Amino acid sequence: MGLAKRIIPCLDVDNGRVVKGVKFVDIRDAGDPVEIARRYNDEGADEITFLDITASADERETMVHVVEQVASEVFIPLTVGGGIRTLDDIRRMLNAGADKVSINTAAIFNPGFVKEACDTFGSQCIVVAIDAKRVSAGDEPLRWEIFTHGGRRETGIDAIAWAERMEELGAGELLVTSMDRDGTKQGFDLELMRTISERVQIPVIASGGVGNLDHLADGVLQGKADAVLAASIFHFGEYTIEQAKRHMQARGIEVRL
Amino acid sequence: MKHVVVVDYGMGNLRSVSKAAEHVAGNHARIKVSSDPARVRDADAIIFPGQGAARACMDHLIETGLEHSVQQAAKEKPFLGICMGMQVLMDYSEENDGVHCLKVFPGEVTPFRFPPTQPLKIPHMGWNQIAQTQDHPLWHGIEDNTRFYFVHSYYVQPADHSLTAGVCDYGHPFTAAIARDNVFAIQAHPEKSADAGLQLLKNFIQWNGTP
Repeated sequence: MGLAKRIIPCLDVDNGRVVKGVKFVDIRDAGDPVEIARRYNDEGADEITFLDITASADERETMVHVVEQVASEVFIPLTVGGGIRTLDDIRRMLNAGADKVSINTAAIFNPGFVKEACDTFGSQCIVVAIDAKRVSAGDEPLRWEIFTHGGRRETGIDAIAWAERMEELGAGELLVTSMDRDGTKQGFDLELMRTISERVQIPVIASGGVGNLDHLADGVLQGKADAVLAASIFHFGEYTIEQAKRHMQARGIEVRL
Repeated sequence: MKHVVVVDYGMGNLRSVSKAAEHVAGNHARIKVSSDPARVRDADAIIFPGQGAARACMDHLIETGLEHSVQQAAKEKPFLGICMGMQVLMDYSEENDGVHCLKVFPGEVTPFRFPPTQPLKIPHMGWNQIAQTQDHPLWHGIEDNTRFYFVHSYYVQPADHSLTAGVCDYGHPFTAAIARDNVFAIQAHPEKSADAGLQLLKNFIQWNGTP
């Protein structure tokens, strides 16, 4: 027995409310982040990630209150991503009760920010989010590049080299999302996950494309991920976290039950 | 009412720790976060958390004047060290090219080092089991081998093995909790370990400091 592979439900939060239709039969208010986080905690989620998709700075303040409320009732690790651009953004989230923040775009515009963040707050609370897309043609060796703006804007940065660089700068963990698979329900890009996971020594969270429970297990067994993140399969009540864990366990993966 | 002080020396997730402690304290205790050595001295019990690197941790303790009050507290009242708050209780840490620590217990802090044939990820991050190797009031109501949440790259090697109160396995067995007299310290984060962690914090708040 040893370290369990983690299952992390991800919630999109817009102006303090969870969006993208979270459905639980016995939940009174489907958009309340505290209620939903509590539910995932009860089902055995290993961590919870909040993605702040709020556009305006004024509304961003609301996210701090969301984190404060959740952190006073749910006692598992909480990660907040979306719009983290300055040391002050990080400090506010950590003070509100977040355990980790996830940095994405700000790392691309200024990689030094990752180092600064790790030096200031410790690597354990800095997750770097990598949104990657396949750019190799069919008969070429596999290659991925970093994309921003939800996969619409290319950067020309090689995703594997980027992952290594983020590790060097001190990132404590990588959240790797395949932009080709995100929202498709076809499963993770397993080659992408495995390539990055074998190249770095820090933990890798696989994201993007989960449509069923086998996909989660594949992410660990073939993608070599240390944790798997999913949104819609849990939100729409298709599966509970506990079902997901039992399924992974049946496939020989160590989980926390 | 019991006064529990969470020692604030500028390192890490104090909010999480104080929130979790408040959550379980009910009417039994008042939880205060403080960086004031006088408050640490007057408290009935001390929670000593910590995150980040050993050198920054020791530097902050010295700068805030908390070093001696924390050492004194570890001699006389119920004391709970968490994560880095466990590591700096030892003599010495190998982190940051070597750091002298609080010397409450003899022993060292060393990094996980894995050979290429055993490519385990560092930090050791996530939920792992703790085997309880001592009967202790802080384990009350927590099943043996329960999983707790860990995030760390270094671990404690006490010189005296009888200090060890819990063992975890990551590549090899390591000391995940130590206990002696009025002190209990744990490498995992009880404040982030769901029900088991809350139970441990509750046990601490109710503990009179005798093993």
